[in-house]
Amino acid sequence: MNPSSFLSLIPFFPDQASSFAFEVDLFYLFLFALTGFFTVLIGVAALYFLIKYRRRSKGEVPEQIEGHLKLEIAWTVIPFLISMFIFAWGAKLYYQMYTAPGDALEIFITGKQWMWRAQHPDGQREINELHVPLGRRVKLTMTSEDVIHSYFIPAFRTKTDVVPGRYTMSWFTPAKTGTYHLFCAEYCGTQHSGMIGKVIVMDYPDYQAWLRGVPREKSPAEAGAQFFTSLACNNCHLDGGAGRGPSLHNLFGTDVKLANGSTVKADETYLRESILNPGAKIVGGYANDMPTFQGLVTEEQVAMIIQYIKSIGPGQGAATATAPRPAAPSSVAPAAPAARPTERPASERPAKPGAP
Amino acid sequence: MASEDINRLKGRSNYLNAATTVKSWLLTLDHKRIGLLYLFAITFFFFIGGIYATLIRLELVTPEGDLLTPEMYNRVFTMHGVTMIFFFLIPSIPAVLGNFCIPLMIGAKDVAFPKLNLMSWYIFMTGASMMLYTMISGGIDTGWTFYPPYSSIYSNSQVTIAGVAIFVTGFSSILTGLNFMVTIHTMRAPGLTWFRLPLFIWAHYATSLIMVLGTPVIAITVLALAFERTLQIGIFDPKLGGDPVLFQHMFWFYSHPAVYIMILPSMGVISELIATMTRKRISGYNFVAFSSLAIAVFGFLVWGHHMFTTSQSMYTGMIFSLISYAVAIPSAIKTFNWTATIYKGSVSFDTPMIYALAFLGLFTIGGMTGLFLAALGLDIYLQDTYFVVAHFHYVMVGSAVIGFLGGLHYWWPKITGRLYSEALGRVSALIIFIGFNLTFFPQFILGQLGMPRRYHAYPPEFQVLHVLSSAGASILAVGFILPAFYLLYSLKYGERAGANPWMAAGLEWQTPSPPPTENFTYQPIVTHEPYEFEQVPEIRQAREAELQRA
Repeated sequence: MNPSSFLSLIPFFPDQASSFAFEVDLFYLFLFALTGFFTVLIGVAALYFLIKYRRRSKGEVPEQIEGHLKLEIAWTVIPFLISMFIFAWGAKLYYQMYTAPGDALEIFITGKQWMWRAQHPDGQREINELHVPLGRRVKLTMTSEDVIHSYFIPAFRTKTDVVPGRYTMSWFTPAKTGTYHLFCAEYCGTQHSGMIGKVIVMDYPDYQAWLRGVPREKSPAEAGAQFFTSLACNNCHLDGGAGRGPSLHNLFGTDVKLANGSTVKADETYLRESILNPGAKIVGGYANDMPTFQGLVTEEQVAMIIQYIKSIGPGQGAATATAPRPAAPSSVAPAAPAARPTERPASERPAKPGAP
Repeated sequence: MASEDINRLKGRSNYLNAATTVKSWLLTLDHKRIGLLYLFAITFFFFIGGIYATLIRLELVTPEGDLLTPEMYNRVFTMHGVTMIFFFLIPSIPAVLGNFCIPLMIGAKDVAFPKLNLMSWYIFMTGASMMLYTMISGGIDTGWTFYPPYSSIYSNSQVTIAGVAIFVTGFSSILTGLNFMVTIHTMRAPGLTWFRLPLFIWAHYATSLIMVLGTPVIAITVLALAFERTLQIGIFDPKLGGDPVLFQHMFWFYSHPAVYIMILPSMGVISELIATMTRKRISGYNFVAFSSLAIAVFGFLVWGHHMFTTSQSMYTGMIFSLISYAVAIPSAIKTFNWTATIYKGSVSFDTPMIYALAFLGLFTIGGMTGLFLAALGLDIYLQDTYFVVAHFHYVMVGSAVIGFLGGLHYWWPKITGRLYSEALGRVSALIIFIGFNLTFFPQFILGQLGMPRRYHAYPPEFQVLHVLSSAGASILAVGFILPAFYLLYSLKYGERAGANPWMAAGLEWQTPSPPPTENFTYQPIVTHEPYEFEQVPEIRQAREAELQRA
């Protein structure tokens, strides 16, 4: 019997349906045994002293004991060392949960009073359900349309708050097929306890079949490309730095030099901020003249536009989506940042209309 | 022995009968009377909070949300938390027992600023009245944590007025802390050096430090929230350009230390109770005293452990986890020392001791389960589940409320001059201990099974544990209501207490019960350390009597 199935015999745990579950439960049981031992030790000692040293006469005064320095040091140092061990174990697990592998299947989650939306990489959407393939790494990128929620899958032992105004991440490897609870764990208003759903772990072929069965809309990147045109982003963000805004080709994941001299990594959070609050981080050499799209786009649309920008990013080859303009040639290697307009001297850049 | 005290008391006025008009109570500058004014107020709020708790436990008997509407349930659990934390737990021991005992224990006539002390009570009552208005006008539904943007933009309840009520009440806390600190620094009797202070005083000194330094931060936080809500100034809501996680940092910067405002005074009470009931000097006095200060200081550095799942950076999480383990050590030191104090003691099982032992058991469980929650990888799973609910009730009820009740039973003869029924006292302490464990231990298992907190309806597989918990709560309610009856009964029919019914060593037991308005009719002079039971005249007399009989 492998250790994982042994642990699942203990009745006070939910299903162990992710690769984290066994490790979390093992840690829990270790702490239970350790704290149980010390609790019983204190309890038995106290009970023994209470009975043995009960008051025998009204005028009794026990002999006073003048402290015991070695004992004090012992019960300071030993708990400290034990607690440092617990800290290290917990930190190791936390590190694993915080470090998503690069090759994970990416699913985009939006929380909204009081439902969970999910969008799969090829565009399939679902509400209050999440279908994931067994044994594949899955990474959730999440945000909220309104208040703070929290995406909690007890069987996976994962939980991450879903916060408006930023992206948060959670990842796992489903380890057991079945249907599991999905809970909102951060109080979010009237129907908080109704913001629940199901996580369905399927064998990979079944998952593929499920994906085929869902009426497929455009993939997020395709839809993003459409918004890129309909919101007129393409009027300014021209290729090759010819527009009022910087080119977005080969941008994702690279370092961007800002007007204030600092550098920022072009990740989802940066792109999202630049759409909703364009003035926050101005690319070096460009004017602060992009209007905000706050209130004009939903979080899902923002995510789609980001998917589109990712799809025309370095190493993606030809854009997977129908870009509004011809995609950058796939021969442009990701390690050729010199081609990026953001790093060109300002003098080489065309004068911007509207600039004084 | 007791009859001598009665004779001494005859014809002498005490703080209770010196004046009996309503005005003499409402305008009193006597710290003892002000302590009693707080006792009336917080007892009222304790039972209000208890009614809310009853509604919660009744609703959760069935998995369907069938007793209350979701809106009502959310308001009920929020009001339970807000009432119990801000209007019962935080003022409980410091404002009632601290006010009553600190000047008596250090041999002073009163606190340093008696008028400020009375003003603190009026400020508290102003905030409390606003909170009562909030309750009557529908309450709030944000959870006691007030997380925006829900609280600032989305909630349709009385958030602003509740925030102002907490803002106002905070000043009562700040001023009381300030008063205690100055009193302990400047009003100690001749000979009462810092290391001759009872541990109750050390605990209140540490608590006052947190009240003075921490409370302004919650005041700023709720004010910022009120500004965002009423004036749409973007501080926390991202749609207005704010940051919701900023609120959590500010909120927990106060609210984690606030946990120590609730637990440190209780630890101080337990030290007094165990010393008196075992007739021993508290083992490791210096370690216990300094561990209170260590908790007060480290307590300010661990707020981020409430936010491990909030997307703060991984390294931030690690630092907060590390410091959280550091703050666990002083609590462990205290627990070991209390247990060691019983060793070779002379243990009596009077009611206060039953409470002290209940505290020791429940605090150990509450503290140990804190180790689970400070562990990063495990907290990801347990955060916002019933495991957290169980953990903080073990600390706040199992430790803070039990400490308050233990202290109330211990000083009741001093406060009122009367003894209550020992049998009823012990029985109700046992009922509370059993009822408490039956209520909250199943909640650890619920959390471990993944049941999220603040759920009005829940999946049916959790029902058995919820029913157990509700059954326990009804036992717990009996345990809390019983003392109200026998304590009130004792006021009229209780046996006269005498100055020192427990044969305790503190200065407060050298003056009659109830004490005269000026506390001492002579200037107490301290010549030895606390807990010198050889020096207690009542114990000496008892021993001499025994020797003569032998």
